[in-house]
Formats: sequence, structure tokens, C-alpha cells
Amino acid sequence: MREMTYGEAVNAALHRLMEELPETLVYGEDVGVPGGVFGVTRGLRKQYGERAFDTPISESAILGSAVGAAMFGRRPIVEIMWADFSLVALDQIVNQAANVRYVSGGRLTAPLTIRTQQGNAPGACAQHSQCLEALFLHVPGLRVCMPSTPQDAYDLLVTAVHCDDPVLVIENRTLYFGRKEPVETGGPVRPMGGARTRRAGSDVTIVTWGAMTERVLEAAEALAGDGIEAEVLETPWLNPFDTGAVLASAGRTGRLAVVHEANVTGGFGAEVVARVAGAGVPLLAPPIRIGTPDVRMPAAPALAQSLVPDAARITGDVRGLVKG
Amino acid sequence: MSERRLADLLAMWRIRAFEEKVRDLRAEGPIVGSVHLCVGQEAIPVGACEVLEPQDALFATYRGHGWALARGVPAEPLFAELMGRASGVNGGRGGSAYFTAAEYGFHGENSIVGAGAPIACGAALAGRYDGSGRVAVSVFGDGAMNQGAVHEAMNFAAAFSLPVVFVCENNRYSELTPIADMVRSPRLADRAAAYGMPGHRIDGNDAEAVRFHVRDALEVAREGGGPTLLECMTERLVGHYIGDAETYRQPGELERIRRREPIARLRAGLLADGVPEREIDAVERRARAEMDAAAEAARQSPPADPATAMEHLYA
Ligand SMILES: Cc1ncc(C[n+]2csc(CCOP(=O)(O)OP(=O)(O)O)c2C)c(N)n1
Repeated sequence: MREMTYGEAVNAALHRLMEELPETLVYGEDVGVPGGVFGVTRGLRKQYGERAFDTPISESAILGSAVGAAMFGRRPIVEIMWADFSLVALDQIVNQAANVRYVSGGRLTAPLTIRTQQGNAPGACAQHSQCLEALFLHVPGLRVCMPSTPQDAYDLLVTAVHCDDPVLVIENRTLYFGRKEPVETGGPVRPMGGARTRRAGSDVTIVTWGAMTERVLEAAEALAGDGIEAEVLETPWLNPFDTGAVLASAGRTGRLAVVHEANVTGGFGAEVVARVAGAGVPLLAPPIRIGTPDVRMPAAPALAQSLVPDAARITGDVRGLVKG
Repeated sequence: MSERRLADLLAMWRIRAFEEKVRDLRAEGPIVGSVHLCVGQEAIPVGACEVLEPQDALFATYRGHGWALARGVPAEPLFAELMGRASGVNGGRGGSAYFTAAEYGFHGENSIVGAGAPIACGAALAGRYDGSGRVAVSVFGDGAMNQGAVHEAMNFAAAFSLPVVFVCENNRYSELTPIADMVRSPRLADRAAAYGMPGHRIDGNDAEAVRFHVRDALEVAREGGGPTLLECMTERLVGHYIGDAETYRQPGELERIRRREPIARLRAGLLADGVPEREIDAVERRARAEMDAAAEAARQSPPADPATAMEHLYA
């Protein structure tokens, strides 16, 4: 197994997909000749020629053409450089891509993959910091996943592109150049869905995804110091979502916290809590949601840091949940 | 005549000195995050802003530090904004790509490519009701010309003869990709004809040429003649953002660009006209001293207070 960063794992997956699926196309702004602003699409143009190309700054045309090409046998993998920019082309995602299979009674499909990245990084402006997964999760017909490890960055993308429906793979730019980890690259295409128990524990279940996973694990370590054993359940697939794994874990620990970087109101954390409540899982304390407060994201790092959940806040809130 | 040109030189040097200071502060640490400099493109804001009236509304892109300065926003609160200080123009909420200073008629940068163009139409539309005589100026890059929002804005402004001046800063690149590879017809000004408005390709490295055409377009707009598209040809001397390795540049490209960049060109012209070299160089020193002092004052000011992070969301 080769050691790779998260960004390198995405690149390795793209190379594999171009190799094994001749119908794939990779395109977007600066992804072809320059190899992507984060270097994630490097080498594809050189190796696969016109199957990897640059586009004008025209998100509607990028996404709309992906819908059309997908209906006609291609398997486009398009990059929307920042999730915030997908809003410019929301019609193509929500009104178009998500409807293709359903309205045609399955006669047409739109097997396209949208790769994008989201979240706050120091100094990013308010239009480059949003966490938008809940927006897409509200739309039936789209699949959504958010890998946080190099292995998942690789596996989820391979699964997404093999899927015959539109899938959003939401990456995170703070992860691209992180730690190198061994990544198995040749494995079978894994099924969609599933949760990862990143840490076992008996006192509280913490459900999380995306770049928050690392912070939650840090918080779990700190909680262990207090004698609180947290079970950390990462759910890299948000649609399909592994509700069963969450119910089972919350049933065992009797407490539930959901942590996401997105702001709290209408966040997917609310959905997780509702599913656990709806299933009648008996809890020892009311479940909590930890996220960014409902506010726009400021540019100044000192301001942003005070809003995005960090390990200390997660530790404190979960401690409060457990100790009452 | 050389008075005016010396004033242009000073205005351009203020922007360049500001940007070079920003570059240094980004390297040293007080500024973090993605920053897009306009080094090489100074003649466009300098030429355009001089002929704007206080009531006019300017909408810039994320490469807009020069536009903010040329519009009269003082350097110190701009530096402070970049460093996340409480005294920043937006108290640390905007940052490099989202400066806003409405009290100076600077209605904001925008880091969503092309998004400012429809908003500029609205500023112009409001002027129809408030009797202000306002003209809205929308600034964007060549790459932004391919955004749906820009096409819609141009048609909207043209259909209603709205007083809008569309200023395209054509620096030949969109991030790392040459505009020539992304359009079939490289003369972007020609698109104006499709919307039934005048379009001109002009020398964007000559503040005087920019001033001439913007003044004209403003006059047409104020008289009810509707929008104009100005494609200002220029080049950036620096990367797309600070840290860009610029691997897309051709060999010798930067050397060629340096020969026609606005400051070097104006300097050569002034020398040829017999303006003493020491007088010309004094302009640069003055601009640098001003920016050094402003940056230092901003650096000494306190960081934005996290306790205020939730303020200004609702009335
Ligand atoms: C809607 C949208 N898509 C993509 C981007 C990413 N992006 C930022 S700058 C840029 C290039 C813009 O090029 P151009 O309009 O020519 O302006 P320049 O940078 O040359 O001044 C791109 C693609 C964005 N900010 N917004």
C-alpha cells in the first residue's frame, strides 16, 4: 500500500477511474492543463488527452453539460472548485440532474459525479467558507458523501463514479495536504453507505462527518481523560445514510451528540436526531447538536475560530451532556 | 499636462506600494488566506475612478484592492481588514476578496465570479426612482465574461437602458487558464453588439485612455443612453493569487509584460517629456512611505473581538 495524502488519494482514484471506465470525462475550471488549483487532477490531461479538459468559468454549462453527457452514455466527473460556486448552477443540480431518472421512469439516467470542496480555512472570505451538505441532502435524487481520510477520499470517489445516479463528493481543502496514510488503491468497488466506528466507547455516541471528524477524535481523547468513553461514529455517506449504525450505537451508549461544521439550523444533525427520536431509542439525556452558530462566516481568523466548533468546545459540550 | 500624469503616477504607485506591502505581510504572517493582487493593472481603477461622482456605485471583483484605493477608501482600514483587525473596513468580516466601503461609493468586491454585474444593474435601477443620477460601474475579469450572470446583466441593463458601465479587465488569464483557450472570439468587447450596446476594446495600461472612455460611457449613461461595455486590455505582473507558481506563463512573457506595464510606461513617458528623474522617483517614495505607515498603524491595532462575531446579522 502506498502512503498518500488525501489530495493524492483523490488523484489516484481519478486515474483509476479513467483507466477502468472509458466513458469517464473529467472537466472543470483549471482541472485539465494546470491539473487543478489544489493539484488534485494532475496528470490526467497528459495521460488521457481530451477526456480531461478545462472549461470556461460557466458553472451552469459545466453542470448542465454533465447532465446531458451522462444521459448519452458518458460518465462525467466535474469539479466545482468551491461548494459555494455550485449555487451559481443550482438549477442544473436540483431541477435537472436530480429529476432525470425519476421523471423518465428509469429510461434515462444521469450518472455524473460532482467533486467539490467546502468549509472554512483561515482567511477565507464569506463566499468561500460555507458548508452546504444539508442543502443537497434535502434534494431526493442526489447522493452525497463527505470523506475525511485518504482511504475514504479514494474509495468514496470510486464508488460515486460507478454509481448510476448523480453523486456529490464533498471534499475539504484543509485535508488535501494533510498526513500521508497507507491507501489501498486496487480494491473492489465498495457499496455506497456505511458508517465507520473511529473509536469505540460506552458513555456517549458522537456522530460526525467531514473535517470535523479529526476534531471529534481529539475531543474523545480529552473526554477519556475525564473518564468519559465516547464512541465516535463517522458517517462519510450522508445519502444513503446508515441510520441503523447510529441507532445501534446510541442504543448502546444512551447518549447522542451530532457534530458538523455547517450551521445548526436545518443542518443534517437535526435529521440524525430526528431519526433517533423517531425510532424510539431510549436516551438518558436529550441529544445535542454541535455546529457553527447561525451566522455568516467572517474572514478574520479570530472571528471564524470563535464560531467553527473546535475540540475544546466539543469536549465541553459532550462533557455537559454526559455529566448533566 | 505632466501635472495630471504625475498625479496618475502617484495614484498608481499608491496601489502598487499597497499590493507589494500586502505581499510582504502575507509572507510574514499577519495576513492569512487567499489574496489576489492587481499589480500591473493599476491604470484601470486610477483612470476610471477619477471621473466617477460620489453618488456613483462601484462594484468590483476579488482583485479589487486597487479599486477600493482609487475610489478613495483610506489605506489603513484596508490593511486592517486584511489583517483581521477590529478597525478594518468591515471589522474583519470581509477580508481581501470581499472589501466593502459603501460610504466611499465602493459597493463591494465579490468573490463569486460575475455576481456583481446583476447587482450593479439594481443600483442603476434604484437611481431611476431616487433621482440621484447615479451610474453603476461593474468590474470583472475576462473569465467572468463567461458567467451566465454577466450575460443576463448585460441584457437586462441594455433592455432597460440602465445607466451601467461594464468594465472588463482583460488580463488574458482566468486563474491558470488563458482566456484565448476558453472563447472562440477573443475580442470580448464585440459581445456588446449582441446586446445592442456600445463596446470598446481599450488600452487598459494607459490611465488617460481609460479615463477618456469611462467619462464618455458615464455621460451616455447619465443622458439615458444605457450601458456600455469597456474591455480594458492589461496584464497582471504577479500570479493569480499569492503563492501561484505561474507555471502557465510562456518563456519571456513576464519580461515582455514589464515593458508595457502602466507604471514603467508612464515613467518613461514623463522622462521623455523632460520631467526630472528625481521628481518622478519622489512619487514612488511618497507612495511607499504612505503605505508603510498605514500598514504599521493597522498592524498595531487590536484584532477583531470574537465576542462580536454574531453582530450585524439582523437589524
Ligand atoms: C462562480 C465562480 N466560479 C469559480 C470561481 C473561482 N475563480 C476565482 S477567480 C477565477 C478566475 C477569474 O478570472 P477573471 O474573471 O479573468 O478575473 P482575473 O482573476 O483575471 O482578474 C475563478 C475561476 C469563483 N470565484 N466563482
